Amino acid sequence: MSLHLKLHTKPEVPLEADCICPDKIQSLKNNEISALTVFHGNRQVQLGDFFDCTGSFDGEIIIDGDLSNIKHVGALMSFGKIIVEGNIGLHTGAGMRGGEITIEGNASDWLAAEMLGGKIRVKGNAGHMTGSGYRGSPIGMQGGEIIVHGNVKNETGHVMRRGLIVVGGDSGDFTGVNMLAGTIIVLGKMGIRTGAAMKRGSIISFNDAKLLPTFSRNCEYHPSFIKFYVRYLEKIGFSIDSSYLDSPFERWSGDLVEINRGEILLSKCKSK
Amino acid sequence: MKIKSTQIVDTFAEAFKMYGSRIIITAETKEWAMAAAQSVTGFATSVIGCKCEAGIETEIPSEDSPDLRPGVSVLFFAMDSENLGKRLMERIGQCIMTCPSTACYNGIDEGNEIVVGGQLRYFGDGYQISKKIGDKRLWRIPVMDGEFLVDDVFKTKEAVGGGNILILAKDQNTALKAAKSAVNTMREVPNVILPFPNGVVRSGSKVGSKYKALIASTNDSYCPTLTTLVEKTEIDTGINSVLEIVIDGLTLEDVEEAMRVGIKAAIKPGIKKISAGNYGGGLGQYQIQLHKLLGNAKN
Repeated sequence: MSLHLKLHTKPEVPLEADCICPDKIQSLKNNEISALTVFHGNRQVQLGDFFDCTGSFDGEIIIDGDLSNIKHVGALMSFGKIIVEGNIGLHTGAGMRGGEITIEGNASDWLAAEMLGGKIRVKGNAGHMTGSGYRGSPIGMQGGEIIVHGNVKNETGHVMRRGLIVVGGDSGDFTGVNMLAGTIIVLGKMGIRTGAAMKRGSIISFNDAKLLPTFSRNCEYHPSFIKFYVRYLEKIGFSIDSSYLDSPFERWSGDLVEINRGEILLSKCKSK
Repeated sequence: MKIKSTQIVDTFAEAFKMYGSRIIITAETKEWAMAAAQSVTGFATSVIGCKCEAGIETEIPSEDSPDLRPGVSVLFFAMDSENLGKRLMERIGQCIMTCPSTACYNGIDEGNEIVVGGQLRYFGDGYQISKKIGDKRLWRIPVMDGEFLVDDVFKTKEAVGGGNILILAKDQNTALKAAKSAVNTMREVPNVILPFPNGVVRSGSKVGSKYKALIASTNDSYCPTLTTLVEKTEIDTGINSVLEIVIDGLTLEDVEEAMRVGIKAAIKPGIKKISAGNYGGGLGQYQIQLHKLLGNAKN
């Protein structure tokens, strides 16, 4: 049976609830879970002041209500599953090492920042800095998967080092900025300055994009590894038009201001 | 045991423990995938002289292949896992990476891991790129038509080699027709290959030779031209041609099934006997009894 946390009082200011994490809840009884400390603004309160706690933890936590002001849910988690039945606030899944988070609504900024492993799936949109590193950190996401079915805002995959980010809709500006390695796939359109100062890694878009002048065009070809990804994406619920599969991709290398080993692949599908 | 006019000899095929691996080759068209498969399985009839045995298992339609392109599945067998790894490295590097538009993937879920793509990547001279999808790591090696995509590791598992049947016929033409019929039927069985040309071998061998340097020599008991020259012959009057079909499979059950359907398909007018090759039971780990295999088959 899953542990159900239902929001009964909407916090007026952000509630820092990093205790909503399988690692911190697994050995506790419901009254102990309700007594866990959370920060409501700068005040220490109890989780039970905002959430009703029912059911029992079997590896899965279901959270219900308008959670757009709840921060750090699933931060540092290493196992289990969290299902968010709605929108969720900042820093969800930050630094997570394993397990799975599913968000039925939208996620706010810093989703899965500095993630190390596991999977996050957002069925709506995500905010700025998805899968990125915190300011001053040399390395961001180091593993795992972030799947956003909708749009993401700016600086997705900033200083990303490993892992996969898939965006079903559009991405904002600076997608993959300072990227070190890993893969970002954007099925929609990308904003400006994609891959700025990227060292290595792949940014794949199924649309055309205006790139920085420090990226150089290599060729137009059929990279078979993309079909491999497409097969994987179809397995996890994306549907990709078959016309994209038969179309070539344009390969751009960059960023020349760094070591020029990154790549941006843009689909040349004519049916767009 | 007699089925129609063919005698099934009360003997057994002596099969060996080997290590097997499956690779999936894909390409832009079926023709290119097949070209790579034929190249990679060339000179791989017997471990005695080729260091490994290999053959095409089946074609894979685009919708079932790892990268949605037409594919071919190939099985490899060798006497140990390490040796098999070396053969895969050499052959994937020389025969598949060289073939236009191809990619190559591991086709077995469990078993020992052998690093193949992780070695071949050095051909990329520093321009190779690794991609990890789920638990799988792939290497993208830049080549002149784009990229060669190959799995980082392939897997090998314990398998069975050396299953066989011998078709003893009144003449060569009859033997060829029966062998072809058997091969066509046996190729429908999954997880097996028939590593010899068109699945058939005429130069069956025995262990040892009068020449000390040779570990194997012609199976003189089954040579029609030597019936009166050798101590013991298996060639009765009326038999003038013998062909052998060798089967390697991922499990003993797969090899047995291929032998069973192969024997049944080879039974034709003019096929005097169907037998199997063995070394007295002292060498191989498996003895596949023909009568037991055919169960309650009636005359």
